[in-house]
Amino acid sequence: MQTTTVIDSPATEHAHAHGHTGHHHTETFLSKYIFSLDHKTIGKQFLIMGMIWAVIGGLMSVIFRIQLGWPDETFPILEKMFAAWYTDGKLNPEAYYMMVTMHGTIMVFFVLTASLSGTFANILIPLQIGARDMASPLMNALSFWLFFAASVIMFGSIFLPTGAASAGWTIYPPLSALPQTSPGSGDGMTWWLIAMVLFVASTLLGGLNYVSTVLNMRTKGMSMFKMPLTVWALFFTAIIGILSFPVLVSAVVLLIFDRSLGTSFYLSNIVIGGQALPYAGGSPILFQHLFWFLGHPEVYIVILPAMGMVSEILAIHSRKPIFGYKAMIFSILGITVLGFIVWAHHMFMTGMNPFLGSVFTLFTLLIAIPSAVKVFNWLTTLWRGNIKINPPSMFAIGFVSMFISGGLTGIWLGNSTVDIQLHDTYFVIAHFHIVMGIAAFFGMFAGVYHWFPRMFGRMMNETMAYIHFAITFVGSYLIFWPMHFLGLAGVPRRYYTFNEFEAFAHYGTLNKVISIAAIIVFLGQLIFLVNFFWSIKRGRKSTQNPWQANTLEWTSPIEGIHGNWEGDLPEVHRWPYDYSRDPNSDVDFIPQTVPLTEEEKKDKIHH
Amino acid sequence: MSIILGLLTLVLLYIVIVQISKASDLIKSLRSGDKEEETFGNSAIFVSVLGFGILIYSIVTSFTYAKTLLPPPASEQGVWIQWLINITLLMTGSVFVITQILLFWFVYKYHYRKDRKAYFYADNNTLEVAWTVVPAIALTILIGLGIQKWFKVFSPTPKDAIVIEATGKQFAWVIRYAGKDKQLGKRDFTLVNSDNELGVNWNDKASHDDFIADEIVLPVNKPVSVNIGALDVIHNFYLPHFRLMMDAVPGVPTHLWFRPTITTEEMKKITNNPNFEYVLACNQGCGSGHYNMKKKVRVVSVEEYKKWMKEQKSYYETVVKPAMAEKEAAPTAESAAAPVAATVSAH
Repeated sequence: MQTTTVIDSPATEHAHAHGHTGHHHTETFLSKYIFSLDHKTIGKQFLIMGMIWAVIGGLMSVIFRIQLGWPDETFPILEKMFAAWYTDGKLNPEAYYMMVTMHGTIMVFFVLTASLSGTFANILIPLQIGARDMASPLMNALSFWLFFAASVIMFGSIFLPTGAASAGWTIYPPLSALPQTSPGSGDGMTWWLIAMVLFVASTLLGGLNYVSTVLNMRTKGMSMFKMPLTVWALFFTAIIGILSFPVLVSAVVLLIFDRSLGTSFYLSNIVIGGQALPYAGGSPILFQHLFWFLGHPEVYIVILPAMGMVSEILAIHSRKPIFGYKAMIFSILGITVLGFIVWAHHMFMTGMNPFLGSVFTLFTLLIAIPSAVKVFNWLTTLWRGNIKINPPSMFAIGFVSMFISGGLTGIWLGNSTVDIQLHDTYFVIAHFHIVMGIAAFFGMFAGVYHWFPRMFGRMMNETMAYIHFAITFVGSYLIFWPMHFLGLAGVPRRYYTFNEFEAFAHYGTLNKVISIAAIIVFLGQLIFLVNFFWSIKRGRKSTQNPWQANTLEWTSPIEGIHGNWEGDLPEVHRWPYDYSRDPNSDVDFIPQTVPLTEEEKKDKIHH
Repeated sequence: MSIILGLLTLVLLYIVIVQISKASDLIKSLRSGDKEEETFGNSAIFVSVLGFGILIYSIVTSFTYAKTLLPPPASEQGVWIQWLINITLLMTGSVFVITQILLFWFVYKYHYRKDRKAYFYADNNTLEVAWTVVPAIALTILIGLGIQKWFKVFSPTPKDAIVIEATGKQFAWVIRYAGKDKQLGKRDFTLVNSDNELGVNWNDKASHDDFIADEIVLPVNKPVSVNIGALDVIHNFYLPHFRLMMDAVPGVPTHLWFRPTITTEEMKKITNNPNFEYVLACNQGCGSGHYNMKKKVRVVSVEEYKKWMKEQKSYYETVVKPAMAEKEAAPTAESAAAPVAATVSAH
């Protein structure tokens, strides 16, 4: 472990030279802020796009929560605002299904995949490994612009006369394949499919870039096992994306064939309105296998970056090394590998061979082991720390709380026998929103509060952050905790109203409470947005290293220059978690750039 | 007008929040360094109070809502599933409470103090092994119990099972009983027409005593075998009170068997609800009418069931045969299946 490989590849040399000359050529507004090749700017672009999408996706959830909370009321006000979706003051069922579909698509793909990875991989990878930029800045910019194109198409589809896709974010055929079965499966679905192909191309360009940057462009002394856990997490996230997203494209392409060319990959024995359709030999189940082969790793694409950031933030703010650095890396690896062989637990109720179901139960529950290791390591990191509770650490702690709550219900649903009762009920909604939705958002907020000074040279307002935390933390539990009870009471998801079934209708008050909490949480996020944009202009000026952290990004000039460091790249001598290492010293952190003392060299652990 | 007022209030509220926040951060930054400790202490209390508040809320609601959940499982299979859920709840519930307490207790106990140093504690292999092995053992138990019950639920159907068929379509269920011979007549989707919604092949003698029922009636304590399918898109045959479900997939037949153990009348007494009825619902998003695919399910005594069976009329005898006779009388009429078959082959 002592020997560190010197990484000075031609690419680094080139970037190095570029770093000296880079800021001499004149930059226009367009080249600096819009078509920038600088990883820091591209990261911010991903972040802002993600915010726009999160507001749209959140607004949609408010609209359908209003329907679920007050199914018998009319809302002429909403009808005035969204005339196309309302009849006589009530949300149309078609519009309701479009809302839930687009909410899922937007939140899972556009916010928590593209924006979360896009923002933090871009900003953190080069800065934390000591590189001047990404391996290919052009590919990196293309990745954003493909995402932008996908966004434009996905957003445009909402305004089509037949509406956007409405077959659920999982777009199971035949519902998504046959426009006769649902208006949203007409043009809306075509646009959805095109947008997703562009989206996957964007993800691949980004992911390949992240992986090659981490592998090839680490600065002198930065061996793999000296990288912060954020970089490890983003690295594995990119690998998962590269291996799984192409399978979504294949699923989508076959669906396009079925829709447009009359093939029968997913269709067979279909009768609509008393008319037999000429499809034979296909299987709708094939689509589900292909979809979930991406769809399950996808949840780890969403949660791993948040885990990495939370590990880093908890260590820094509790002024303690992360507990079990290597165990954290190997648990990410374990999650990555196992994540690829559990996909069919989404399909326990498709009539699969029971033997197959038992195999997927086995692998699915095994994934709880690396997850548990991570939780125990976070708790031990806090134990006997000197914890500075501030906006980043608050949200990181919120993340751990959410991840525990949502992760444990995964042990319920991953067990095929329990899934027989709870599959596709509100229990599932509670589970995945807490563990990958809210938890990932908490990770993202922690990351924004923590790295905001690095991004904009200013601090975010703390009082607004406390209000934001209180509303989001309490509100999220008020929304999703009671959904466990709805699920255990048998209430199915994707119901436009529960009034048709006496068995599901007795939670009227609870549904109102959930809807009110959802609206308040949505409004609470606007406080975050106000804080964000206000602090860019007016926030307190940040010092060079406001959190007294060890990692390299805090050695790069605050104003964020092209090429990241003036002169030579920093050299790394130690791991990133030397917090409170010397009990006799007044300074409780030792940056990675500080050479080891003679005494430390004799010490066998961690440097 | 009310929209504008509402929005104005909201904007004002945000402005107030921003102004207060600005002022309070300014005050904080003007304070001397020794107030730092107090600030972090207050923040720690803030987060711990929220955390413990939520923990208490989640425990209390778990008890208050327990009464409002489903009545006892109405099938043998449901009892097995409920048993596994109880064990899982016990295990995950205790981990939930312990870890959340540790988390928010640590936040308070170890909050920043100026005169203290954090304990440099980077790793401990014994601990890592311990919290790999202990969850592994707990999960092995759950996996073992789960797989055992799973194979029990999907064990071979008993020979004496009543055979029924459920077919999902947008947006209703079609229920077909196999009749006395306990065999459902064969189906071919190309035979579908207005008199033959399911495309039953009337040349198959087994189809002749089959009947379509407008509700599912089942005898108590007798196994029921359900053949499940769909005409147009994927549906899900969902019986919440029996704790059972199975996808209905066009082109891919699925199957489920179960043994109802509580009659509707008994359940009315258990739930203290004279209007109680079992229902069949759809549990796979299938389009705009997904929320409204209800079918009544009745579990009755064996005698009642026999009586009900006698009242049912074979669809073939009452509808198909007379229609065919009529068509044979009119020589120009084509066979019922021909137009559809022609459309299919034309493609």
